[in-house]
Amino acid sequence: MDMENEILTGSVVGDEGVLALEELARACGAESEWIVELVAVGVLAPQGRETTDWRFHATDLTCARRVARLQRDFDASLDAAAVMLDLLNQIEQLRARLKRAGLAVD
Amino acid sequence: MEFKDYYKLLEVDRTATADDIKSAYRKMARKYHPDVSKEPQAEARFKEIGEAYEVLQDPEKRVAYDQLGNRWRAGQEFTPPPDWAAGFEFTPGGASAGEATDYSDFFSTLFGNFSRHSASTRAHGEDHHAKIFIALEDAFHGGTHTMTLRAPQLDEQGRVVLRERTLNVRIPKGIRDGQLIRLSGQGAPGAGGAPGGDLYLEVHFDPHALYRVEGHDLSLTLPLAPWEAALGATVKAPTPTGVVEVKIPPGSQGGQKLRLKGRGIPGEPAGDFYLVLDVVLPKAETEQAQQIYRTMARELAFNPRHSLGV
Repeated sequence: MDMENEILTGSVVGDEGVLALEELARACGAESEWIVELVAVGVLAPQGRETTDWRFHATDLTCARRVARLQRDFDASLDAAAVMLDLLNQIEQLRARLKRAGLAVD
Repeated sequence: MEFKDYYKLLEVDRTATADDIKSAYRKMARKYHPDVSKEPQAEARFKEIGEAYEVLQDPEKRVAYDQLGNRWRAGQEFTPPPDWAAGFEFTPGGASAGEATDYSDFFSTLFGNFSRHSASTRAHGEDHHAKIFIALEDAFHGGTHTMTLRAPQLDEQGRVVLRERTLNVRIPKGIRDGQLIRLSGQGAPGAGGAPGGDLYLEVHFDPHALYRVEGHDLSLTLPLAPWEAALGATVKAPTPTGVVEVKIPPGSQGGQKLRLKGRGIPGEPAGDFYLVLDVVLPKAETEQAQQIYRTMARELAFNPRHSLGV
C-alpha cells in the first residue's frame, strides 16, 4: 500500500464528550485511578454521573496531559499542579483578550 | 549525529556534585518548561535539559558518559567509540509512558530508548500526540494536511533508528482551534498482537492576516470613511467564503460591532462573523480637503469632549 497517497480520516474530539475514562487514561499514558483523582479535585468535569458513564472533551485531554507533565517535571502534588493549571489558563485567557484588543504580547 | 555536551546544557562543571546538578536542572526546568515558559524554543530547550539531567543524575549513565571524556565538543559530528558502554547495564527509566519518544538520536544511540515494554507480553500500544497548524480556511472548506512524524523504532539488528513517516490527514470542515483529531491505530504499535495506540492531533490555526478567531466566531476590523459611518452605506467586506456586501447603519461609530450571523466557522450551529468598525479619517493634505474640514468645523458645532465636561 502506498502510504504517501493514503488520506487518513480521523474522528474529531471536540466539545461533545466522546472519550471514556479508559480512553482518556490511555491517551495520557496514565492509570484510570489518576483520572478519577483529577475529577475529584475538579481539574476535569466529565459528563455523566457514574464513572462508567463519564465522557470527556478535547480540553480534558489537553488539561490532563498538562497536569501530568507539571506533576512529573516539577515533582508537584496534584493540588499544586491544579493551581498551576488554573493560573496558566487565566494567563492564556488574558493573553487572548489582549490579542483581540489588538495589544500583541509575547 | 551531533555530540551533546550535557554539562554545558545544564551550565554546570564536569566536577559538579549530584546536588549541584539537581539544583541547576530545577532552575532551568522552571525557566524552560513548555507549559509555563514563554521563552522562544522553550520546548526544544526543555527536552535537551531533561535529557541532560536524566544522564547526569543517574550515576551509571554519568560514569559512562564521562568515559567519552573531553574528546568531543557540543555540536561536533559524533559516532560512539566501538567499546562504548562495555560493561555497563543501564536501567531504563526517566520519561513516563506516552512521552518516551522524545530523546535525541545522540541519547538513543548511547542509552537506548525502548526498554519499557518487553516484547513478549501483550500490551496495547501507547497513544501518541502531535500538534498541527492549519490554515483557517481549511475549517471552512475542509482540506488535507500532510505531516511528517519522527519516531524511534527498532531495526532488525535491534538498534534504535529514527523512522520518518508521512501522513496525509483529512481536515474536516468545521474543525475549531483546540479540537483533536483522533487517528485510530496510528500511535505506537502494540506488542504481542495487541492493538496499536492512537494518534491524537491537536489542531491549531495559523495566525490569520485579517481575521481573529474566538471559538467558532471570527472578527474582522472594517475600516470606514467618516461619511460611510455617519450617513450609512453599503460596503464590501472580505470573509473566508468570499466578499460580502454589508449595510452600515447611519450614525455608526468606531468600535461598534456588526454581527453577520452564521458566517463564522461552519457547524451546528455555525459561528458568527463580527465586523469591528474602525472610522478612518481622510488626510488633509490638499487645499480642498482642508477646506472641507474647515467647513465641518464651522458648520457642525461638534465637541468630541462633551462627555469629559470640558
